[in-house]
This record gives sequence, structure tokens and C-alpha cells, in this order.
Amino acid sequence: MARAVTNQRKAINTAAAWIVGLLIFFPILWTILTSFKTEAVAIADPPVFLGFDWTLENYRTVLERSNYARFLWNSIIIAGGSTVLGIIVAVPAAWSMAFVPSNRTKDILLWMLSTKMLPAVGVLYPIYLIFINLGLLDSRLGLVVVLMLINLPIIVWMLYTYFKEIPVDILEAGRMDGASLKDEIIYILTPMAIPGIASTLLLNFILAWNEAFWTLNLTAAKAAPLTAFIASYSSPEGLFYAKLSAASTMAIAPILILGWFSQKQLVSGLTFGAVK
Amino acid sequence: MATQHSRSAARMMMAPAVVLLLGWMLVPLVMTLYFSFKNYLPLRGGDLGWAGFDNYVRFVSSSAFWPSIQATLIIVGGALIITVGFGVLLGILLNQPMWGQGVVRILVIAPFFVMPTVSALVWKNMFMDPTNGLFAHLWRFFGADPVVWLSDASLTSIIMIVSWQWLPFATLILLTAIQSLDGEQLEASEMDGAPALKRFWYIVLPHLSRAITIVILIETIFLLSIFAEILVTTGGAFGTRTLTYLIYQRVLESQNVGLGSAGGVYAIILANIVAIFLMRIVGKNLDA
Repeated sequence: MARAVTNQRKAINTAAAWIVGLLIFFPILWTILTSFKTEAVAIADPPVFLGFDWTLENYRTVLERSNYARFLWNSIIIAGGSTVLGIIVAVPAAWSMAFVPSNRTKDILLWMLSTKMLPAVGVLYPIYLIFINLGLLDSRLGLVVVLMLINLPIIVWMLYTYFKEIPVDILEAGRMDGASLKDEIIYILTPMAIPGIASTLLLNFILAWNEAFWTLNLTAAKAAPLTAFIASYSSPEGLFYAKLSAASTMAIAPILILGWFSQKQLVSGLTFGAVK
Repeated sequence: MATQHSRSAARMMMAPAVVLLLGWMLVPLVMTLYFSFKNYLPLRGGDLGWAGFDNYVRFVSSSAFWPSIQATLIIVGGALIITVGFGVLLGILLNQPMWGQGVVRILVIAPFFVMPTVSALVWKNMFMDPTNGLFAHLWRFFGADPVVWLSDASLTSIIMIVSWQWLPFATLILLTAIQSLDGEQLEASEMDGAPALKRFWYIVLPHLSRAITIVILIETIFLLSIFAEILVTTGGAFGTRTLTYLIYQRVLESQNVGLGSAGGVYAIILANIVAIFLMRIVGKNLDA
């Protein structure tokens, strides 16, 4: 009897959760569906959900028309480059804060976090000016550096949180056996830290991929990533639903897939370890 | 256990990150402060000398300032209420036993990974368009006149878009917090006959207060600086010009760098007020 009640309750929960989940997911689903319609079907009244002739025409058009590959490549270079660079800078810092803490470690960590709070628009012109003078405007290198700096606090924090969980005993045992600092990092720490580094990499790649203030304001034609590619569809002549959908789907698909892998790390990564 | 040697090594290893962030923080900040005291119009004469506090006074007394503060507060406040409110409910719902929990979780989280320009454009064209948008179809189906969302209900529209983007974040964090709730305490109160609403109010909500605070603080910092969502939907028209957007327009569109920089300083101060509270909570957690 009790079991029957739980099953009934479970069924209600399931129904409610699925309805809400599908509602929230619907805009994405609708975009993906529309990307396979012809422009005429895309604006049909009443709207058509599934009963249409699927076509790849929009993807073909978008690929031909807007040099999608270059935007994609820019996104990969900018998001990937800034993340890898950030990790290279952050690993030693996070390592030393986790394993050789001093009484200033906490202050440094909090200060790093505070740089993340600086509103981008407050320093827009200085960065713009520096970029013009260094010839970095509309260059991938410039964006790699800026996005690296923006995400550096999160990278340090995430790595610090992961490193903190590595037992110090193992390191001390290594030191007893005469491992140098370099050996310690390469042979003991790195293998244990790989999962933490991997999830940090993943989350920051996603954040850099979706960043849409600096990527829009510091690029024009050459270095523009997918965020800018999509923004170009906001002009009236680009208003074709099916093509907009195809372009959108191509811009978000890679990151949606990566994102689903990173959902576990998302919470501690984005709350700086305050919620676990 | 750390030796003198490892201490200095540690300092060396920290140096690149610290120096980079210090430069990233100080150089633009000092430049913004400098420009904010100047009459600086790059396209109309360049550096026209010192302005004292003129820019600060002019920024605040311009007719666009208070509406921009109002728009900012409405958008941030509206999105916070929606995401936290629904986030708590969704978190509780997702914590219940059900079939296909993993899949539902993925569905709910997905919007967080959609880049701002995509979500803004998809909502603008495919949902809010007054002729071909899905909402227009829905409204017509029920015999109502379609709403011209982005001009007649511009702030509501922006709030809807932003809330859709941030609801997954709130839900995920609140769900994580709910999962750490002591199940026995809830069961005991259930056996004592406490009704569901009371259990929620006296046990669940207090347990969530810390997570809710963190969600509010982090979201506020990000919501204060939303940009792409406004750029590609209304371009700041129809009362959606937030403080961030106003500064952007002053600096890059009208190229009044002095005035824009003064606005930037205001934005920095505003963000820091929020940040102090967040840092205090995070800092407390570091000690634990």
C-alpha cells in the first residue's frame, strides 16, 4: 500500500518535472527544429512542429554565406587559448596557495576574486585605447589575453579548491624520499590533479566561448568569434528564421555538449567553493 | 612544514598570477579615473584639458541617468525575483524521486550554456516577434491581439530573456544546497504532522538562506553588466538603457570618454558595494 502511494507520487513528480524541463528547454528545441525547416515553413501560421520536410538547406546557406568556419576557428582559438594560458599561469599559484599557505593566502584569494567584480564597461575605454596602441584591436591574441585575465580568478579558485583536497601526506612522503619541488609537481601532484584541471579547463572554456562583452566590442571582421557572428544576424536583412536557427544551432551545439559534461563542476566552480 | 626554501619558491610561483591581475586591475582603473577628470573627446578635438568633477556632475544630471538606474534596478530585481523564486521551487521539484531525473536536469541546465547573443536573438525573433513569433501565434489562437514585446513591454521582455538564461544557475545551486539538507529532520517533522508548507518555511528555507544569498550576489554582479542581450534586442531603446549600456554609448558611440569614464567609476563603485557582501560570505567559508 505504501509502495503504491510512493509510486503514484513518483509519477506525479516525474510528470511535473518533465513538463517544466521541456518548457525550459523548449526555446533551444524550437531553434533546432526550425533550423531544419524551409523559410516558408519556419513562419507558417499556425506553426508546424514536427510534420515538415526536413532540409539541410539552411546549414548549407549559412556555411556558404558567412564564412562560418572562420568564426568557429576564432572561437576555438580565443576560448581555448585563453583557458590554456590561464591554466598555465594559475596552476603554480593555486599549488603554492594550497600547499604552502601563508597567513596572507586568504587575502590574496579574496583579492583575486575582487578583480572579477570589476564591471567591464568601467574599463572599456582604457582597454580599447591600449588595444589600439598595441595594434591588438580585432586580433585573436588580444582577446586571448583579455579573456584569460577575466577568467583567471575563477581558474585559480577552482584549482585551489581541487588542490586543497589532495592529501598533503602523499606530498610529504615524496619529500622524504628526496623528491625535488619539480619532481613533486610533475610526478606526484600532476597525476592527482588532472581531474580537477580538466574540469577547470572545461568550465572556463565554456565561459570564454560565451563571453559577449569584450568579444563584441574588441573585434570587427578578422578576429570575431561566434558571439559576433550571431550578433550580425540582428540586422533586418538577416532576418530569416530558418537560417538564424541554423546559425544559432551551430554556435551553441558544441558548447551544449561540453556543458552537459561539466554540470557537476559548475556549482563549486561558479560559487567559488561557497556551495558544494 | 614548509621550509624557507619552499616558501620563496611558493612566492615565485604565485607571482605571475598576482602581477597579471594587479596590472589588469590597476592600469585600466587608473586610466578610467584619469579620463573621468578630463574633457576628452577623441573625435572632436581630443584632450581638452581638465574638467574637475564636471563629468561626474554631468553624468548624474543628464536626463538619461535616472531612467538608466531605474531600468537597471528593474531588470536586475525582476530577474532575481524570478530566478530565485522559481529556482527554489525547481530545486525542490528536482530533488524528489522521479524517473529520468538525469535527463530533466540536463534539460533545465541547458539554457545556461547558450551564448547571450543567441538567446537574445532567438527570443527576439522566434518568440517575441509581433507577426511571426510563437507568442503572437499563441495570442491569436486565444483571440487576443499579439503584444509588440520589445517596444510595448520592453523591460518585461528583457527580464524574460535574462531570467531564462539565469534560472538554470539558480536552480542548480539551490538543488545542490537542498541535497545537503538533513533528511531525518524533515522526516521527523513530517511524522510530527507538520504540514508541507510549514516544513518548507521553517526547515527548508532557513537551510537555503546561505545558498540564496550567494545566488543573489553572484547573479547581481553578472546582471548589472548584461550587455549583449540589450545590444541585439532593443539597442537601448524603449527604456531599456541600463547603466552599463548608457556608459557604453557615451564611450564608444558618442565618443565622450570623459563623461563615460565618470559613469564607469559610478558603475565600479556600485559593483563593489555588492561585491563586498559576496566576499564576506566567501571569506567566511575559507576559514571553515
